[in-house]
Amino acid sequence: MKKISLKINLILTIAFLIGIYFFLSNVNILGDYWSRIVTLVAIYSIMAVSYTLVNGITGIFSLGQAGFIAIGAYTSALLTLSIQQKEMSFFIQPLIWPLNSIQIGFLPATIIGGLVAAFFAFLIGYPSLRLTGDYFAIATLAFAEIIRILIQNLYGVTNGTLGLKGINPYTNVWWAWSWLLVTVIVIGSLKYSSYGRALRAISEDPVAAKVMGIDVFRHQMMAFVISGFFAGVSGALYAHWITTLDPRPTSLGVMLTFYVLIMIVIGGLGSITGAILGAIFFAFVSQWLRIFESNITIFGFTIPGVPGMSMLILSVLFIIVMIFWRRGLMGKEELNWQKIYNFFKKVEVQNE
Amino acid sequence: MPEILKIEDLKVHYGVINAIKGINVRVNAGEIVTLIGANGAGKSSTLNAIMNLVTSKKGKILYEGQDITKRSTAEIVKSGIVLVPEGRRIFPNLTVQENLMIGSYGRSDKDGIKRDFDFVLSLFPRIKERLKQPGGTLSGGEQQMLAIGRALMGSPQILLMDEPSLGLAPLLVKMVFEVIRKIKDEGKTILLVEQNATMALANADYAYVLETGKITLEGSGKSLLAHEGVRKSYLGVK
Repeated sequence: MKKISLKINLILTIAFLIGIYFFLSNVNILGDYWSRIVTLVAIYSIMAVSYTLVNGITGIFSLGQAGFIAIGAYTSALLTLSIQQKEMSFFIQPLIWPLNSIQIGFLPATIIGGLVAAFFAFLIGYPSLRLTGDYFAIATLAFAEIIRILIQNLYGVTNGTLGLKGINPYTNVWWAWSWLLVTVIVIGSLKYSSYGRALRAISEDPVAAKVMGIDVFRHQMMAFVISGFFAGVSGALYAHWITTLDPRPTSLGVMLTFYVLIMIVIGGLGSITGAILGAIFFAFVSQWLRIFESNITIFGFTIPGVPGMSMLILSVLFIIVMIFWRRGLMGKEELNWQKIYNFFKKVEVQNE
Repeated sequence: MPEILKIEDLKVHYGVINAIKGINVRVNAGEIVTLIGANGAGKSSTLNAIMNLVTSKKGKILYEGQDITKRSTAEIVKSGIVLVPEGRRIFPNLTVQENLMIGSYGRSDKDGIKRDFDFVLSLFPRIKERLKQPGGTLSGGEQQMLAIGRALMGSPQILLMDEPSLGLAPLLVKMVFEVIRKIKDEGKTILLVEQNATMALANADYAYVLETGKITLEGSGKSLLAHEGVRKSYLGVK
């Protein structure tokens, strides 16, 4: 097969980015509903890419992603909410100082949301990265649940079960996709640096990596904190997309972790482009499957809609992927022009 | 010859099981020293204790006169002791070249890395043809070569080798020992753990016999090869 040169690679990539740019500038043609989905795709992608850095590239099985997303979401929302809105919402217990008297812009609030999430990633990573395998997964799962329950009960900070309402809908297509670009550049260049090589070595054999002089704990910690930062950013974007936050398990709880897990497993654990493809797949399929939750009429018979039916179908799909297609769409590899070229070449050869 | 590594009264236990019950080992610079013994005698534990991979140990390990007992594995590797782990343990999904580069992790002397890379490739021409291939696609013998090459990329003063001939065909075992002698000719010191006692003793300058966590016999490789007890227990000669 022909090898694609660096120059053509570069041209194609730039053309692709320009194509995305035009698509995003004209996304309004699709209508409000679909342009919101396109924004959600980018938010999900950031969640998935940051998650695959830990679960795929570094190979440590964390189930705490929703905790970091929730921290980023609440932190940024509390920073951007107007003072009047805060006074109105917090009627059981007033919001503590200084949060009750500040309101800052969206960009700094997003970054602070990410930093706070990264700080919590450090706090939780420091003790629990000494655990391995399933024990680490359980520790992080418990951590995410602790975060959720704290949010549910700290009325003076998070407004507890009443949640936050009236968050400014700052997140548009541009914010979400720009942050996705930043995420992919940062995590992509990390994956292919010498640090990334060490992370991949750790994911394959932590003992051998340690014998080779790699400080396993420090590397895992670095990956965990960077992942926490971008999870926090995605949470901030999500908060300003959905505009209301509440601490139910199905919104910012363990379910969200599993959604993101489904995305990265379908995309292929350890692949950045795979994570994005998985996020796109999940965003569209989970919207499309909603038809099963309302009444369906086939040949005059009406099947009553069941709430939660879409999740059931998605889970079955997930199990099928796990059994028959364990490496997911991309495996550990990345999608590049060479692969697309090879794919079409193969199709062409088959057709002849 | 000056002493480069000294183990004083080393004890290792896993829970209630005492794997090593107080051993003394001396390794002179530029020599091949071997530890032989049956399964569970504590050979691998000794190497793991030197690398600080075991959780509880007592005693002292001196390297070039400095106490390294409490140093972290990463620091020990940096100071010049590198282990070729038992069962090769290469990274199967990393390419052969990436595997070798992992070996030089933490080094910043680019010229030195280049020199070691060339040396490894000259030592293993078979590896050179397969640099872009994933490590897992290599044959068992090639994987052992890769594991040794990867360790050499760390520019070790002392190379610890844990059963390098394990599971290899006789011809490949011979090749591994040829490589070990070549590494010695480069001025490196080798501490070798082996079950293949004949080959190990024939190549060693000095040897220790380990039995259930204790050293029962020591001497030059040739003298142990001729020793009646060793011949009976380890060489299978009646």
